[in-house]
Amino acid sequence: MDGFLFHAFVYLCAAVIAVPVAKRLGLGSVLGYLIAGIMIGPVLNIVGSETEQLQHFAELGVVLMLFLIGLELQPRVLWQMRTSLLGLGGLQVFATVALTTAIALLLVDWRSALAIGLVLSLSSTAIVLQTFEEKGLARTDGGRAGLSVLLFQDIAVIPMLALIPLLALPEVIGTGVAETGSGHGPGGGADAGMSLVAGLQGWAYALVVLAAVAAVVFGGHFLTRPLFRFIAASRLREIFTAAALLLVLGIALLMTLVDLSPALGTFLAGVVLADSEFRHELESDIEPFKGLLLGLFFITVGAGIDFGVLSASLFVVLGLTLGIIVLKGSVLFALANLFRLPVGDRWLFTLALAQAGEFGFVLLGFSLQNQVLPPELAKVLNLVVALSMLLTPVLFIVYDRLILPRLSGGDQPDADEIDEQGAVVIAGIGRFGQVVNRTLVAAGVRTVVLDHDAAAVERMRRIGIRSYFGDACRPDLLRSAGIEEAAAIVIAIDDRDRAVELAEYMRREHPRVHLVARAHDMDHLYLLRKAGVDMAVREVFESSLEAGSAILRTLGVHPYQAEKMVRAFRRHDQESLEQLYELWDENLEMSKNVAMLERVRARTASEHDALSRDRADLHDRSERGWTPPPKGYADDLGS
Amino acid sequence: MPNQLPLGESAGARRQVLTLFAHPSANRSEVNRPMAEAAAALEGVTFVDLYAEYPTFEIDVDREQARLLAHDVICFQHPLYWYSTPALLKEWQDLVLEYGFAYGTGGTALRGKLFFDALTAGGPEAAYCSQGYNHFTIRELLQPLEQTAALCGMIYLPPFALFGARTAVEEGRLNRHVGDWVRLLEALRDGRVDIARASDLPRLNEHLDALIAPPPRAAVGT
Repeated sequence: MDGFLFHAFVYLCAAVIAVPVAKRLGLGSVLGYLIAGIMIGPVLNIVGSETEQLQHFAELGVVLMLFLIGLELQPRVLWQMRTSLLGLGGLQVFATVALTTAIALLLVDWRSALAIGLVLSLSSTAIVLQTFEEKGLARTDGGRAGLSVLLFQDIAVIPMLALIPLLALPEVIGTGVAETGSGHGPGGGADAGMSLVAGLQGWAYALVVLAAVAAVVFGGHFLTRPLFRFIAASRLREIFTAAALLLVLGIALLMTLVDLSPALGTFLAGVVLADSEFRHELESDIEPFKGLLLGLFFITVGAGIDFGVLSASLFVVLGLTLGIIVLKGSVLFALANLFRLPVGDRWLFTLALAQAGEFGFVLLGFSLQNQVLPPELAKVLNLVVALSMLLTPVLFIVYDRLILPRLSGGDQPDADEIDEQGAVVIAGIGRFGQVVNRTLVAAGVRTVVLDHDAAAVERMRRIGIRSYFGDACRPDLLRSAGIEEAAAIVIAIDDRDRAVELAEYMRREHPRVHLVARAHDMDHLYLLRKAGVDMAVREVFESSLEAGSAILRTLGVHPYQAEKMVRAFRRHDQESLEQLYELWDENLEMSKNVAMLERVRARTASEHDALSRDRADLHDRSERGWTPPPKGYADDLGS
Repeated sequence: MPNQLPLGESAGARRQVLTLFAHPSANRSEVNRPMAEAAAALEGVTFVDLYAEYPTFEIDVDREQARLLAHDVICFQHPLYWYSTPALLKEWQDLVLEYGFAYGTGGTALRGKLFFDALTAGGPEAAYCSQGYNHFTIRELLQPLEQTAALCGMIYLPPFALFGARTAVEEGRLNRHVGDWVRLLEALRDGRVDIARASDLPRLNEHLDALIAPPPRAAVGT
């Protein structure tokens, strides 16, 4: 227990210090974590051998991240990506493997050379996607292309893992046995003993794989919704979080059991759930776990850098690292040109994916275990992979500081590619929120509807209104609903106090977002106004006026006259609202606020006065201008 | 009235210009919108989009009258609808030009101010004459406005009109028209327009060069 507390303290401490500093210096959080890892690992020697186990555990962060990315991609969008996924991704992997292998052939046996090619062809999903998200690049062309390549690589890992045992070197057999167990499938659980498919024939294995994928797709589509609905009805938030984690871990386990990539499985589950009403709730529940685990993963990468090996063969390692970055970058740049990415995105794509990645560690461990690579070479390559990951944030800085400024001049038309901005968040889909939403959607505005009642969300979805389950007062849920890019929010939740709290929160944290709130009554209106909403609307005021106007018409008042009276009333009432606000006291009940009651009486009297005078002599403000000039006025005009 | 300007003796004196813009579907406008944007960007010119301020036709009479008082040149800008202004601008006239304010006993608020109408018309110029299908010139058709100005004691200038407005963009006439518009507003603001000479013309934009003195201070009426 002491050991656990101590280690937890050291890792958290390193992260808490290094990451904000790195972020402040403009280096990005990933580099911060890596530096934190280097500090507590090779530099200060506070942590040691447990980092390797931790790393396997921390790879769960990658699994969670791919689940979240899947949630952002509706099946339709994934289908649109098929060309770049297969074309860009496929060509990247094959070209990089071919070139790296060809160069490695000059130095080592062809089998080792091919293994090296496979190891170095993969990029770091964790670093790249985390950085894309942090810098808001995920939805640019370059970001999408990068995601395609990374997804293809995740798929390609599976045949690579199958290929490596076939490359065993006769002369290495026997020397690498001690290293077994150091590397497994990503996700940290693919022990050979846990595989259900170890001894199966090829066709049987294919069937099992298909069945597993089908289970994820159909289970995700048909079983999760009733399950989540049932759990949501219990209103126990931590159980919902537990269910979300259970879902992701369960799929990861299933995938490991059939020797598939857990990251890929959860990605698929994410895509299946991207259309579900629980999407934003799942996102905000999983997000913190993903963030911490990924952070831990980056720390272990930093901590795992072996300074002994590094200093012994410094120039070899540095040379190889730079060499592989240049080689991968060249392949990527050529592909970016071939696929005609926008100019700025070509550089982003090239620099972002030029490193080797965490799957490289996995393949290295696996190669060692299968006697494909000699241990000394594997150690050097391990270092090359880690160093290239360490350099990735630096390449992003190069992109930000050197390339982006130069492009910003002539690159104007490409800026529109970042989609999905300026939406309106509607908090609460009751009678009020519904009409607001329908109006906006009919006008072509993109809305995100949130409600904490799963049954209401279900009803809305049944009639074709895109809405999501979750408590709109939760900051993390608002964030995953896109509040940061939203143009406005409509606060239409039933709970009066929470509506005010939400308004206060929005003003404090997102002052840029336009704030419209539904008020239950005058007191609520004033509370919302004090909280800083741009506009508060009394929910039944307009409909009551309409009823009043209808009665007037029934009683024989000319329809246009009735309309003018209603307008006069509305204006008068608006003035009253302004005046009474000055006398309003939050801490004093309105029925006990003597000054305010006095003013209410006076205003009510003048209201009556205004409309009755209107009837009597037609000289109210509502009649102004349509009032004929005095009789005989024309006699003077000619003079 | 503090803002009354003696006729023809205001050379170089700065005037406040008010442009009242009325277009019920400005998003589809091809000529009026660029004109509006140009006017809104001019220093010393107050630009008011009436349909934006009064989408429910509930015109604030006091506010509009205060605006009139604060300006020396009043201009309507609109597309020509049935030989007149769009409905909201007519409503504006009905409500704001009150008896006792704009005309009649005590109605002297607008005396001496300049007034003109800037309009775009769909029909070709040839249609606006006794032989054309509209039978009257544009100045003749706008006589209700001319007489309104007269009854309010304002100095009426002929219209600044663009004909064949639906094809102005395709035929490359837009830039010149907007340029003339800006030139006219600036010249009115700076008191560089020959008012006496302008008053008798059929249209303001026909003889703009002759009417406007060059920017460095030059006397009106040369």
